[in-house]
Amino acid sequence: METDAAAPAPGNPPPATSAGFVLKKACLSALVAFGLFALMIGVRTEAGGTTAQLIYWTRFGELAAVVVAVFGGSVLVELLRSRFGHLEPASFAPQGLQRPLAVVRRLIGPALLGLTLFVPVIFYDQRYILDLGILILTYVMLGWGLNVVVGLAGLLDLGYVAFYAVGAYSYALLATTFGLSFWACLPLAGILAAFWGILLGFPVLRLRGDYLAIVTLAFGEIIRLVLLNWQSVTGGPNGISDVPRPSFFGIPFDATDDGFAARFGIEFSATHRIVFLFYVILALALLTNWATIRLRRLPIGRAWEALREDEIACRSLGINTTTTKLTAFAVGAMFGGFAGSFFATRQGFVSPESFSFLESAFILAIVVLGGMGSQLGVALAAAAMIGGFELFRGLEQYRMLVFGLAMVLLMIWRPRGLVGHRAPTVFLEHRTAISSSLVKEGQG
Amino acid sequence: MEYFAQQLINGIALGSIYGLIAIGYTMVYGIIGMINFAHGDVFMIGGFISLITFLILVSFGLTAVPLILLVVLLVAMATTALYGWTIERIAYRPLRHSFRLAPMLSAIGVSFVISNFAQVSQGAQVKPVPPIITGGYTLFERNDFAVQLSNVQIIVVLTTVVLLAVFSFIVTRTRLGRDMRACEQDQTMAALLGVDTDRTISMTFVIGAALASVAGVMYLLYYGVVDFYMGFVAGIKAFTAAVLGGIGSLPGAVLGGLAIGLIETMWSGYFSIEYKDVAAFSILIVVLIFMPTGILGRPEIEKV
Repeated sequence: METDAAAPAPGNPPPATSAGFVLKKACLSALVAFGLFALMIGVRTEAGGTTAQLIYWTRFGELAAVVVAVFGGSVLVELLRSRFGHLEPASFAPQGLQRPLAVVRRLIGPALLGLTLFVPVIFYDQRYILDLGILILTYVMLGWGLNVVVGLAGLLDLGYVAFYAVGAYSYALLATTFGLSFWACLPLAGILAAFWGILLGFPVLRLRGDYLAIVTLAFGEIIRLVLLNWQSVTGGPNGISDVPRPSFFGIPFDATDDGFAARFGIEFSATHRIVFLFYVILALALLTNWATIRLRRLPIGRAWEALREDEIACRSLGINTTTTKLTAFAVGAMFGGFAGSFFATRQGFVSPESFSFLESAFILAIVVLGGMGSQLGVALAAAAMIGGFELFRGLEQYRMLVFGLAMVLLMIWRPRGLVGHRAPTVFLEHRTAISSSLVKEGQG
Repeated sequence: MEYFAQQLINGIALGSIYGLIAIGYTMVYGIIGMINFAHGDVFMIGGFISLITFLILVSFGLTAVPLILLVVLLVAMATTALYGWTIERIAYRPLRHSFRLAPMLSAIGVSFVISNFAQVSQGAQVKPVPPIITGGYTLFERNDFAVQLSNVQIIVVLTTVVLLAVFSFIVTRTRLGRDMRACEQDQTMAALLGVDTDRTISMTFVIGAALASVAGVMYLLYYGVVDFYMGFVAGIKAFTAAVLGGIGSLPGAVLGGLAIGLIETMWSGYFSIEYKDVAAFSILIVVLIFMPTGILGRPEIEKV
């Protein structure tokens, strides 16, 4: 194993770990765990039956199990730490492996794209895999959209789902009220979402870092609450049902004589629509990717990255931070809107439930996991997250617990993401002594 | 007029609870400049702990209300203080020198962990308790509308005032408070001058969490219900209060809490109860845009 080579750096010898030290630390951890969980796990409350009186019963067995688990975990962590020292992110791959890794990295994108193109062909009969693929691609697209705001421009947006909601409701309302088709609504939904992005962008321009995050969070919640309570327009908690399904550029996917199957002289199958949806979202996602990559090479994209690195330096160099931030918000929101209207047409139903803060956090987690700024990383992260959620489908109630834990651990061990890295697209040919990834981010 | 007076009383009581939570936000933001996103969930845990302690005490046949209240408060404060300490130790301390967004993202993760832990361990249903403190006074009665001041409301407001006084004293007069203010101004310099910054930051979290649990107890007394999701919205509102009052200032936090509580009750009383959260969130946005330093805050100086 290469990881064994990751010995502690010279001059930083491993701490002398005696059995007593490990035991003491583990005992302390167990004690803290007991304090934390004694009441929350040891006692279970329940509103009992008809009287609405609360009853409780004890669960000392579970409590003991958790405390013992913490003790064991603590011993394990201490032993690992003394064996390997603190694992540095860079030490995962030794120098000799860097070059082949770089080659793999360059090839993996096109290879994945090729594979994705053939998914509907290979798995034509497996509806579950097609549905899962559509779901993953939707999140890939959302991740790429949010990546413009968070990864490129460095603006932490906790309310991205608001634009997704705007896109979904735009399509649902336009289609059910005016009978517009999906293809007419798609650009409209994007424009409307971009408009909302600018609307949100204007007030938050002066805010920095954490404040910006909280305001976008509040904005997302406002949108959701309005959707929930504006009964006459949005249908309130019941949402809008009977949203039209997409058509093949005007030809519906049904068993009639005008349907897709009859026109093309093939046997009718419900899978046609699924396959079509798969390619639509793939095309939309690739459009997002292409636009982002192109934008990165334009002055505006460069300005986004500069803004991420240091806002004050940006302003000193005459970059208009106002328009730079606004365009980032608008572009990100527009892609969110596209994804939203796709979501509406795929589900045939929209309700405020789908646009909770959780969804925003989930998309954000994809971007963070993917390495903030890396297109391939985001795509892989989306696949990993959705795949992980599907794997744990049986353990529904523990999923979010694991998700939260994973987010914390990721921030501690690999804050730059599991896959990608964020280096500016342009830099001086002659690298400065300190690379940008080593210095602390600008406080702009 | 009578209706207004009643809403005023309700608003002050609700605002006191927000104020108690807001103190935790304001202290942590003041000292390490991060929004402790999990603070609302610590408040929720405080509510649950007090509920469980209350049930156990009652089932052991304890009936003296002041004694019950005292024990519940102490147990809840001690447990949530431990939560605050653990969260800081595990999720925030390793990230102190990481990049700007890392602590915030970690805090969101912690928030998910805590609220889902409560859901898994105690179930998703709303937990009601019978009113623990009953009774109150009728202040005046006119046009068949009696303006009530309940004992719970008196206790909530009194507790807030006393705690604010105690913690203002701690921050301004004690060694710990001086260390805190030193860390707030310049952590490196404080460390050079012999301040144990790690311990000081830990203590800030401990104090903030203990105050949040007091708010949790008060919430339980006042509304009689707890559920695993209540920390999210209460947390954002309390953060709004902290910003409105001026982040970093203890009296500001309580002042902001009162303002948010009053706005919320007035809004639900006169406009629409469905949009009361929208009102609170809109205030957050408006305040951050037009008055980012808040009522009692200092202007933030941008350094290169």
